[in-house]
Amino acid sequence: MKLLIKGGRIIDPANNLNEILDLLVVGSKISRIGKNIQVKAAKLIDAKDKLIMPGLVDMHVHLREPGREDKETVESGTKAAAKGGVTSVLAMPNTEPAIDCPKSVKLFKDIITKKAHVNVFISAAITKGRFGKELTNIAGLKKSGIVAITDDGSSPDSRKLMSEAFKKAAQEKVLIICHCEDKNLSREGVVNKGFTSTRLGLRGISRESEYERVARDIELAKAKKASVHIAHLSCRESVEIVAEAKRKGIKVTAETAPHYFSLSEEDLARFDTNLKMNPPLRNKKDISVIKKGLKDGTIDVIASDHAPHTENEKDIEFERAEFGVIGLETELAVAITNLVRTAILDWPDLVNKMAYNPAKILKIDKGTLGLGKQADIIVVSPHQEWVVQKKEIYSKSKNSCFLGKKLTGLVEFTVCGGKIIYANVNKYK
Amino acid sequence: MNPEVFPCRDKYFEQTMWQRKDLLGLEELSPEEIRQVLSIAESFKEVSTRGIKKVPALRGKTVVNLFYEPSTRTRVSFEVASKRLSADVINIAIEASSVKKGETLIDTGRNIEALKADIIVVRHGSSGAAEMLARHVGVSVVNAGDGWHEHPTQALLDIFTLKEKLGKIKDLKVSIIGDIAHSRVARSNIWGLTKLGAKVTVCAPKMLIPPGIEEMGASVTHNLDEALKDADAVNVLRMQFERDENTAFPGRLQYFKTFGITQARLDKANKDIIVMHPGPINRGVEMSSEVADGVNSVILEQVTNGIAVRMAVLFLVSAVREEKNETIN
Repeated sequence: MKLLIKGGRIIDPANNLNEILDLLVVGSKISRIGKNIQVKAAKLIDAKDKLIMPGLVDMHVHLREPGREDKETVESGTKAAAKGGVTSVLAMPNTEPAIDCPKSVKLFKDIITKKAHVNVFISAAITKGRFGKELTNIAGLKKSGIVAITDDGSSPDSRKLMSEAFKKAAQEKVLIICHCEDKNLSREGVVNKGFTSTRLGLRGISRESEYERVARDIELAKAKKASVHIAHLSCRESVEIVAEAKRKGIKVTAETAPHYFSLSEEDLARFDTNLKMNPPLRNKKDISVIKKGLKDGTIDVIASDHAPHTENEKDIEFERAEFGVIGLETELAVAITNLVRTAILDWPDLVNKMAYNPAKILKIDKGTLGLGKQADIIVVSPHQEWVVQKKEIYSKSKNSCFLGKKLTGLVEFTVCGGKIIYANVNKYK
Repeated sequence: MNPEVFPCRDKYFEQTMWQRKDLLGLEELSPEEIRQVLSIAESFKEVSTRGIKKVPALRGKTVVNLFYEPSTRTRVSFEVASKRLSADVINIAIEASSVKKGETLIDTGRNIEALKADIIVVRHGSSGAAEMLARHVGVSVVNAGDGWHEHPTQALLDIFTLKEKLGKIKDLKVSIIGDIAHSRVARSNIWGLTKLGAKVTVCAPKMLIPPGIEEMGASVTHNLDEALKDADAVNVLRMQFERDENTAFPGRLQYFKTFGITQARLDKANKDIIVMHPGPINRGVEMSSEVADGVNSVILEQVTNGIAVRMAVLFLVSAVREEKNETIN
């Protein structure tokens, strides 16, 4: 089967492409890229005035399956991904039970084979049950096919244990993704510690609770010559610590999430639990340092930290509501709106942050439009405005922090493995 | 309606219409709205001096006091206020433990609404709980204290008392002493007083001053004499030693020595300084008995004024719903 995408601007920084061309998919692979491709294709996408980009690679996604299928499933989460232009996700292991042994990896793989609409890569826990007490079988997990390990949602307090984890991970060449939070410092906090926590009378989460752990994990990784990736940076000190480490040549990469460069604690005017996440929204200075970090390359990746929760878990007292927001369906548009339109990033930068860099970090063959590669492609209307509406969300959970917000940039088609898995049939045009 | 039995009716209609179905906090109120509550409270104050202490303003209405935290003063004050307005009052006290049984605040609120109550007065340990309840029910919600967030009627009665004693609020210097970090009374007072043009200073040990409080409009000092110097009034908060926080509190004696209000300290201050306390007082901790019962203290007048202020609030939120229902019909 052939699919021809005609006349769009191809943005593929990995192959140094940024021009208006046609792209031909044969079967599941990218077959040709060139001017005026004339073939009889079964399917044709007119991409005039649109961008053709590699499908996004989101390396921070909570699919909730197994165990919390009321929040999200592999099926619903990957459908949401397709709508958001994401063709590869890294699933987080904080499921119930946690993915912490080769057997649970295998069970999860079976679900993925049956249900996933996009490529799902697997991460497993660093410690058994994510309790921070005992290391998992990292060698065995590596063999079972995981691409990273993380205790995301928490961070082992023990330096000794974490040091041991980095040692094993270096031996096995496994990436460790660190959720950096010292719960002894963040305690029972629910919003950024400062004016907002004071104004709302809520317990605060200090900045130290994040950046001290960022510093610790980089230091430990360096000592064991391990690869470390810092998840969801939210505050300026963390960005500065990563920048300093990179200047010293330490092998560290870092990500932030769309809400950390588009929303601040000031947006938390009232007790809106859809703005409750961990780490919390910080202040405007943090936003500007995160933007700078994205621009200068300190922050390699934008990932959604898609964290679905049911209405029953969100629409309750602020202190009791779950942390986290969904993001798969909005991340591209939030990034376009806040970074590309404001000239902080150009289009190739954006593709690097959201597709090519995460693929490189995870060592997966994704994030490019190279000839012969799997055809994971998105077609985007770069200037199309739209409003985030609850009823249009594909994810099982609706806890978006962008509800009602007007965004720019709309995914028109998502192609995964040569198949059109999402087409925008909406009335925006 | 006869103005003899309902003194503020005309006055109420002379003013800009209060538009809120709920009273959740003072942060969102405009200075005009605060003045409106105070002025209506002034008319209602007279009711409590009559032989028959009752007006029919809320006759046929049902007020539910929904208290998730133990409270005597505030609950009784709301109950008395409701009864003087001729409303029917139902008190529901819910143990924190039954929250865990599963019925959520929202469900409880909806049940109360289904009973055709008109106003829910809610006290809850979680900041934002009153606001959440108000979002989910059509009946009026009056916040009687939510977590560390706000306690608007307490601040309104403090401000009412100050205005009664000193004739104005603008340019007054008011110091709030005590556990600011965990105090909803402090927050509501800061919002209300600064909106009306007063200068507010908060005074406490460092660990009890929350970060960013200056951005709410208050100055900070850790020195009690400095807080008392030139102050027109001092509002002394209860030290909550029972609070289960990890913060290392200073001991009672140590606290009294450094931050307790004594007559000797008052003697160095403005001689007409007003001393307020939201109660209940820890005598010998926040202030000496001599001060609590002394000439500068207005603590019992605050209690009396609390009735008038709460009558005004109940009346205003209920009038808005009435207005809306009339429009619908």
